[in-house]
Amino acid sequence: MAAENIKHAFFCAVITLIIAYPILGLNLIPSGAVVSLEGADGSTIAAIIAAAVVVFLFQLFRDSIMARLGFLSRVNPLSGREPMPQHKRARLESWLLTGIIVLALFWPFFVSRGSVDLATLVLIYIMLALGLNVVVGLAGLLDLGYVAFYAVGAYTFALLSQYTGISFWMSLPIGACLAALFGLVLGFPVLRLRGDYLAIVTLGFGEIIRILLNNWTHLTGGPNGIGGIPEPTLFGMEFGRRIKEEGNTSFHETFGIAYASEHKVIFLYLIALVLAVITALVIRRFMRMPVGRAWEALREDEIAARSLGLSRTAVKLSAFTIGAFFAGFAGTVFASKQGFISPESFVFLESAIILAIVVLGGMGSQIGVILAAIAVTILPELAREFSDYRMLVFGAAMVLMMVWRPQGLLPMRRIHIELKDQG
Amino acid sequence: MLEVKNLSMRFGGLLAVDQVSVDVQEHEIVSIIGPNGAGKTTVFNCISGFYKPTGGQILFEGKEIQGKPDYRISRMGMVRTFQHVRLFGNMTVVENLLVAQHRHVNTNLLAGLLKTPDYRAREKRSLDRARYWLNRVGLLDMANREAGNLAYGQQRRLEIARCMVTEPKLLMLDEPAAGLNPAETRELDQLIVSLKEDYHVSVLLIEHDMSLVMGISDRINVISQGRPLASGSPEEIRQNDDVIKAYLGEA
Amino acid sequence: MQDLLYFFQQLINGLTIGSTYALIAIGYTMVYGIIGMINFAHGEIYMIGAYTALIAITGLATLGIAWLPLVLLVALICAVIVSSSMGWAVERVAYRPVRGRHRLIPLISAIGMSIFLQNYVHLAQGSRNIGFPALIEGSFRMGPENTFQLSISYMQITIFIITLVCMTALSLFISRSRTGRACRAVSQDLGMASLLGIDTNRIISATFVIGAALAAVAGLLLGMYYGSVDPLFGFIAGLKAFTAAVLGGIGSIPGAMLGGLILGVAESMTSGYLSGEYKDVVAFSLLILILLFKPTGLLGKPEVEKI
Repeated sequence: MAAENIKHAFFCAVITLIIAYPILGLNLIPSGAVVSLEGADGSTIAAIIAAAVVVFLFQLFRDSIMARLGFLSRVNPLSGREPMPQHKRARLESWLLTGIIVLALFWPFFVSRGSVDLATLVLIYIMLALGLNVVVGLAGLLDLGYVAFYAVGAYTFALLSQYTGISFWMSLPIGACLAALFGLVLGFPVLRLRGDYLAIVTLGFGEIIRILLNNWTHLTGGPNGIGGIPEPTLFGMEFGRRIKEEGNTSFHETFGIAYASEHKVIFLYLIALVLAVITALVIRRFMRMPVGRAWEALREDEIAARSLGLSRTAVKLSAFTIGAFFAGFAGTVFASKQGFISPESFVFLESAIILAIVVLGGMGSQIGVILAAIAVTILPELAREFSDYRMLVFGAAMVLMMVWRPQGLLPMRRIHIELKDQG
Repeated sequence: MLEVKNLSMRFGGLLAVDQVSVDVQEHEIVSIIGPNGAGKTTVFNCISGFYKPTGGQILFEGKEIQGKPDYRISRMGMVRTFQHVRLFGNMTVVENLLVAQHRHVNTNLLAGLLKTPDYRAREKRSLDRARYWLNRVGLLDMANREAGNLAYGQQRRLEIARCMVTEPKLLMLDEPAAGLNPAETRELDQLIVSLKEDYHVSVLLIEHDMSLVMGISDRINVISQGRPLASGSPEEIRQNDDVIKAYLGEA
Repeated sequence: MQDLLYFFQQLINGLTIGSTYALIAIGYTMVYGIIGMINFAHGEIYMIGAYTALIAITGLATLGIAWLPLVLLVALICAVIVSSSMGWAVERVAYRPVRGRHRLIPLISAIGMSIFLQNYVHLAQGSRNIGFPALIEGSFRMGPENTFQLSISYMQITIFIITLVCMTALSLFISRSRTGRACRAVSQDLGMASLLGIDTNRIISATFVIGAALAAVAGLLLGMYYGSVDPLFGFIAGLKAFTAAVLGGIGSIPGAMLGGLILGVAESMTSGYLSGEYKDVVAFSLLILILLFKPTGLLGKPEVEKI
């Protein structure tokens, strides 16, 4: 028995060396047209050997280690405690929410412009993640091409502003509705497809959209993208130093204050905040409505759902459409924030990141997803030196989460429905 | 109410169901029995629209329904259960019952967002119905438990409650007694009979457990290897030689 | 005559690429046939094979060894060993622990693995593409001088031969060897096979390893053919190979071969007659069309939903 263990552990260690040494230990150095090989430095080699040793020991003592770590997967910070009576919980939640929103409203005036900018990006990702949460977390449809709807929202605004000079506020609903339309259109072909196929086809759609955006140069600017996207105005007041549009007034002049570049950044942040809150609240309502219950039923057991009269077509399409709608919101804000968009921002990697957020946060759980979005967007900023490793860590985190804790960091908590005891 | 005439279902080279005919009138309990692999569930799948039958005719309340999609048939008033319990495991018991009433509630998004009176009234009614049926099957204090956490017998009862909450005309149960102990089976007996008597639901039943079937059925159809073997009252079936022979292989 | 030669050129180019797609597609189809999941990381395994081959070739060049057959052989062996090990490891780490759970979970795990491997190589070897020496040069040319000539490069011939050898070896393995028979049994009915005493875990590992080995071969061949490698090229190749597998009928090995060839030719024709930029779109569009109209593919078995 022990001999078997040692053989197996040794085998795993050897495999580790094989998959680590050639790729990590021997670096290809291209110089011009010639390629040469260079052995990696000592620390890398040491790391490789250390990894092999770790694997060896882990495999050897696997059972006892796994037993001790097993509790991690069952940890639920919210369970164990007595569930609060429903009305108390509701009140606590609304107080907490109000507090957070008030904080979020006043916070930007006290911090640097860069932070507010980052926060806007966080809010954009929150919208995206909440939208994808509907499709993946609630309805259980693995959409890998979600970034396409994001692109539709962004490009709609960019194109509208370029060709018709439409403002942010007009473009917002148009972009969202157009994205929803795309969601509907993309949803139709995938109706009958099972999980894996659905994933690949949606991925294909996302890629097709990106390739089209890249190649329709006369319409979309191709790889050069579209620039000059305006920022949102407040009742005709622009936030720039000088007015860009005829007929608009300038914010700082109207209010007699000195121009500061923070103004437009903060304004956009506030808009993003409002939109994100709307997104969260609307989806939260949907979750408690028949449409949301239908989504979850579809995810849980499509066949049972069909046997109860739920039309798989209607449920799937509603999930796609609504999810896409919020991606349209996010896209419009993103375009305005950047002032310039190109197909580079809408690659599959983005879809993967948003998916990672939903998965890490806990599929279905809005709070978990919001926290994960914040973490995923902010952490790379905090650990600048490690930003190269960002995606590597994401990938590993996705695998680890699925293996250890598929329900996510903050699993979705069921709604407690009071059935008052009547006679 | 339900007429199945010469139903056939072919899968490639295999004729799983061959000229089976069944009918269910109002206010009665009809059973389909037969040895394992006889094709009983396939018949169910054809009737409930999960399979498209390759031959035959199915009439529900006089209208042809063969080949219609599953959810349409369900909305006409025919719901079914499955051999393996298919609950929405991660949803609570009560949520399972609410989602089943999908066609009775207001699914309009705007109405729900704005909480219109019609929306609220329908939600309340569906909640009442859910409460009633949970009470009826004895699961009221489990209302907020996740359905997947229930004991097997409770899950079976929940499945039936979930069907009843849709206010069906015909209830199709696929081996409802599978895995239940004798006490639970007797409770199930009483429940099914009560469904017929008190709620005027017709029941079409697939079962393996002869005691359940003999006790409550008004009529029995026997199928073996996809072909009809016999049909009649429990008494007649009990004395039918072919049936006894077909079951002799069964322990 | 011109047009005919041009057409044949596209055809040959298409069949060449197509046969390499077939090699990669086999990996997808075998895994899907056995455990019903798409190995998203398979494209990365192919990419790693290509990189390893390049590392081996460069290493040998540094040592002054340049005899072509030896270089190719060593590169092939190294690529196969590393890729197979990677395939084995991926299965153990990312797929085995989540087998059988709700279908979203293995899928997300696979995507995570794919992202991890892409970045692993990216961090280790840099993100720019690195030139792959075209070790086999020269070609046959056919056709009148001064006009379009049909050219079949030696590289293309090599690709044909090697893929043919691999396919034959695989077919023989599947039909004659014990492990091969076990593979077939497990892909038919996993539960039954395990009841019959087949070590299903070992067979599943073997499937991954075989698929990875073939992908490694494809990596070497395509690396030489295209002349460069970069960490992200496995992704697109993987998608196309998956398309090929679905086209031919997922779960069917002859289907993967057929699908690969068809896809290669379709791509080549698009590139030759429409525009090179849209050839990726061809693959995705084909995929979507097939899944819409004949999801079981050309040679696949119709699947009946078990209720």
